[in-house]
Amino acid sequence: MRRQLLAIVAFLAAMALVPHLVDSEFWRNWVMMALFYALLGQAWNILGGYGGQFSFGHAAFFGTGAYCSAILHVHYGVNPWIALPAAGMAAGLVGAFIGFLSFRYGLRGSYFALVTLAFAEVLRILANTVPITGKGVGLLIPLEPGAANMQFADRTGYFYLILAFVGLALLLTLWLEHSRFGARLVAVRENEDAARALGVDVFRTKLAAITLSGALAGLGGSYYAQLFLYLDPGIAYGPAISVEALLVPIVGGMGTLFGPLLGSFALHGVSELAKLAFGEAPGLDLALYGVLLVLMVMFMPNGLFGMGRTTLARLLGGRRDA
Amino acid sequence: MLEVEGVSKNFGGLRAVADVTMRVEEGSITALIGPNGAGKTTLFATISGFLRPDTGRVRFLGRDIAGLSPERICRLGLARTFQIVQPFAGLSVRENIAVGAHLHRPGRTEALAHAELIGRQIGMGRMLDQPAGALTIAGRKRLELARALATDPKLLLLDEVMAGLNPTEIEEIVAVVRRIRLAGVTILLIEHVMQAVVSLAETTWVLSDGVLIARGSPAEIAADPKVVEAYLGRGAAARLAGREGGAAHA
Amino acid sequence: MVELQILLPAILNGLTTGAVYALIALGLTLIYGVLHIINFAHGSLLMLAMYAVFFLHAGLGIDPYLALPVVVPGFFALGYLLQRGVIARASHGRDENILLVTLGVSIVIENLARYFWRSDTRTIETPYSFETVDLGVAFIAVPKVVAFAGALLVTLALWWVMSRTDLGRAIRALAKERQGARLVGIDVDHIFAMSFGIGTACVAAAACLLLPSFYVSPGVGHTFVLIAFTVVVLGGMGSFAGALIGGLIIGVTESLCGLYLGESLGQIGIFLIFIAILLFRPTGLLGHRA
Ligand SMILES: Nc1ncnc2c1ncn2[C@@H]1O[C@H](COP(=O)(O)OP(=O)(O)OP(=O)(O)O)[C@@H](O)[C@H]1O
Ligand SMILES: [Mg+2]
Repeated sequence: MRRQLLAIVAFLAAMALVPHLVDSEFWRNWVMMALFYALLGQAWNILGGYGGQFSFGHAAFFGTGAYCSAILHVHYGVNPWIALPAAGMAAGLVGAFIGFLSFRYGLRGSYFALVTLAFAEVLRILANTVPITGKGVGLLIPLEPGAANMQFADRTGYFYLILAFVGLALLLTLWLEHSRFGARLVAVRENEDAARALGVDVFRTKLAAITLSGALAGLGGSYYAQLFLYLDPGIAYGPAISVEALLVPIVGGMGTLFGPLLGSFALHGVSELAKLAFGEAPGLDLALYGVLLVLMVMFMPNGLFGMGRTTLARLLGGRRDA
Repeated sequence: MLEVEGVSKNFGGLRAVADVTMRVEEGSITALIGPNGAGKTTLFATISGFLRPDTGRVRFLGRDIAGLSPERICRLGLARTFQIVQPFAGLSVRENIAVGAHLHRPGRTEALAHAELIGRQIGMGRMLDQPAGALTIAGRKRLELARALATDPKLLLLDEVMAGLNPTEIEEIVAVVRRIRLAGVTILLIEHVMQAVVSLAETTWVLSDGVLIARGSPAEIAADPKVVEAYLGRGAAARLAGREGGAAHA
Repeated sequence: MVELQILLPAILNGLTTGAVYALIALGLTLIYGVLHIINFAHGSLLMLAMYAVFFLHAGLGIDPYLALPVVVPGFFALGYLLQRGVIARASHGRDENILLVTLGVSIVIENLARYFWRSDTRTIETPYSFETVDLGVAFIAVPKVVAFAGALLVTLALWWVMSRTDLGRAIRALAKERQGARLVGIDVDHIFAMSFGIGTACVAAAACLLLPSFYVSPGVGHTFVLIAFTVVVLGGMGSFAGALIGGLIIGVTESLCGLYLGESLGQIGIFLIFIAILLFRPTGLLGHRA
């Protein structure tokens, strides 16, 4: 735990230097977006990686957070800083709602994946129809630069904000790894019946995990809205975010503290390379993502982090088999 | 401590458990035996909350627990093991046991320390950091026992924890079970290994085709013609001559 | 009160769309029933097939319906190779891995399509695109009537394959009991791939029937795949009759919801059915308990 905490602090400190040391606006942005996807991935990781419940609809939480803070701000004049926790809570509630229904009726595996997908889709259609979201046209957040409005003209503010969120997510995950709740969540992932026989309330454990995961993704949504100052149903609730949220931890290493971080930087490194290689051709970088995903599952089912760890352990001769 | 009154459980047309009434005295070691398919595991599942009995009541420490969820029942102090072992395969032995230890120990450090203690008691001291998925069948059976014990149960239901073990391993587990009882835990065990039943249990109940057909000390049971018939009718000779090849159960 | 004059055409239109949904769902349910996997690539394979039909028409002037004998075997082969060469190899037999692999395959196909053919929607025009048939109670577009009849025919053909041929028997045996099928000497990997191939062929047939009246774009698979999932879940995963009935029900539901709630909100009815079925009766209307 000590060492993990030190690693987190070292990482955050190194990242904090990026805006000062990296001159290129492009690369600063690149790191910022990698951090943003790491946040989404970490959110997914809590439910999917530690809890073993694969969601294919994390956009439902992301979009709710995004719309919640944007709507509160645009239509009700609520300050974005105040709307931020509200967005996290709203997304957490959506998580609790979906979780309550799915887990109460014992949905698992593919069925759970499908139901989350369907919920995201229902929300997308709703956002397309109700006036408060601006329907298909989208919702424009008025430009009012100023830290008080969570809008940062020089963008360094955005950088530190997402860094803070990532730090929060990392600390939360660290706590998870060393808490009773986390131990129970992992037990549920490994074997529900055995967990119940040991007094674990499987339903409540999963419910707490999806709520937490949803809330974290909701914070990501709120951040996204303030960063791009524009939302539409496809951005907020479309499948792209859901896929991104699950790819990042799967590539990096599910159920690990640093997996999503690693996955996010790796994936965005690859996609940047792909863009360099293929020019700005739309689609090719994403196609490469897909290839990567298949190769990942084929050759390293434990993710980059898992692979790094087992290789390291083997090199050090640390792995003792029965 | 445990009173089962008129419990039945049907699977479709099959009466797996039929109107069973039995009791387990506090501080005792009680055995439940019977031929394959007699309904022993099903009875355990109804007692521990994994199955809801179709009829009848289950009283534990004076409280009706039929219909409660397994986790509630576990929290009341009744823990079970699984005949078909259910390890948390991706976790280490220590972490496996800690899940049980957490029931009454919120702190991670505390739970891990307790897990280590229990692990050593059960004779898994050297396996603590191994992944549970890499354990041998004997190791997994021990792990079942260790995890359940870590929840600080008052009553422990053991479902064939000795199946598939060799004679030395059986002796070790018999000693472990004895120590657990000395520490004040009441034990109800399902076992086909007669040698273990004889050396451990004060009282033995015999289940056959879902019905309790006999009750008594192991010696009385062995002399009971109904029991012999129940076993012989289903090819008991093979079983008595060391049927614990075990593969069928693993 | 909505007049019968509006209601009847809506129902008939719903039935015709529903038959195509059924056809797509049939492929999905077959793959699910045998391999126990949810094929996330189903929608993108449909999209790919639609492009194939489109280019056969645009490039060689082949009528979509006449493309059937080319596209269907072609996609059967594609599905076979995909299962044998990629999915089986990458998944190590773990269900969640298969889910991810099919997701990955769909991302690849979809984005390659986006790269090669851009995001514009394309349609083809045939002499009969705007013809209608008078069914007495309503006028229905010719392509829709053909799609309806075609979907039923393909379903019938599939049913014949499944119940009357050795292949069908092997597939059904495998769906019921993997271990047993292996023991009686069924080449499991081959039959898995055959099932995936047939499932993909269904989608190709659907593409031929759809294109005279529907557009194609890289994202078109999404429109259908969630609906196909709904149909499969509604009918009961793995059930053929369920897929057919489910498809028709969903088609009509969509059409009626559209009538009462408007185009965009209309789709919500489908997803609500989907969620409700998943929650309350995950075995579907005709499915068996797992
Ligand atoms: N979930 C179930 N569904 C249907 N039938 C079941 C189920 N569980 C058990 N059975 C049947 O109930 C009967 C009793 O099974 P049970 O496992 O309780 O026997 P047992 O006494 O534990 O046998 P063994 O000594 O082999 O462990 C058997 O005929 C079994 O096939
Ligand atoms: Mg048993």
